Amino acid sequence: MIHRISLALLLLALVLPARAVIETYEFSDAALEERYQVLSAELRCPKCQNQNIAASNAPIAKDLRKTLHKKLEEGASDDEILDYMVDRYGEFVRYRPSFGGANAVLWLAPLGLLAIGGLALMFTVRRKAAAPVAQEGLDAADRERVSQLLKERDS
Amino acid sequence: MDRLKLFLPLVIFAVLALFLFRGLSLDPKELPSALIDKPLPAFDLAALGGEGVLSRDDVIGEVSLLNVWATWCVACRVEHPYLQTLADLGVPIVGLNYKDDDAEALRWLRDLGNPYRFNIADREGSLGLDLGVYGAPETYLLDENGLIRFRHVGVVDEKVWENTLQPLYDELKRREATR
Repeated sequence: MIHRISLALLLLALVLPARAVIETYEFSDAALEERYQVLSAELRCPKCQNQNIAASNAPIAKDLRKTLHKKLEEGASDDEILDYMVDRYGEFVRYRPSFGGANAVLWLAPLGLLAIGGLALMFTVRRKAAAPVAQEGLDAADRERVSQLLKERDS
Repeated sequence: MDRLKLFLPLVIFAVLALFLFRGLSLDPKELPSALIDKPLPAFDLAALGGEGVLSRDDVIGEVSLLNVWATWCVACRVEHPYLQTLADLGVPIVGLNYKDDDAEALRWLRDLGNPYRFNIADREGSLGLDLGVYGAPETYLLDENGLIRFRHVGVVDEKVWENTLQPLYDELKRREATR
């Protein structure tokens, strides 16, 4: 029990500083705040790669959060905001890349690979099924030879 | 045919190895600018240590460098002497003082020398955002029409200048001269 409590306290201690660096914004509408959460989780921090701007405490991430908040309050749509960011920071800034252009490869490659794998599997199974079943077990001559050999060893 | 199939794993390995080997020499921190071959964004910002407002038209007109710097940026201090060298060679450099304190920036220029034609004071980082700046120092190569031709993130030193920036700069210069 004591272990469990101390573990819980330890985890709590880890959580607090991570939250402390992120500022909070006031939203005029709860729906805007929800979109803020979604978009800030989807936008990638250009400086501290592999973090989204919601989790990063880099100055650039803070600026982007501020811009995101401003744009949302101005009534920009999700697509407008994403385009705004991509125009400045490139496709890199999106964790969920748009479909189209070179990105189509990204989206379709898994499906293509799955199809190739499926076809390969199908051909292999077909060929196995079509091939004549190899003779299994021993025929009489083999049996004769086996018992002969065994006898030779025993003697 | 079956014999050739035996080499399939080797071929797959070779292709993978090629990609992975290429990956070794790529720097994932170096992002391509989204503004390559696009015009320098418009702006209206104060001149550092001067009167009046600077805009896009004040910057463009010749092949030049736009250097993003700040006094809080350690690498900018490293870069500074080489920018002075370039300025002495006659390369026009415009400074973009990014999210900085004017007084400190002016002290920096007084103490360390001023390689810049002039400096744009981007106190809020608004032009920086439009440019897609994600870390100072950054250096943009502008052509005479104000199009961004190249962006270098990080310190410009002799190696970067001679291997990367200078060939592009010289080519743009040649093109500008023939017109």
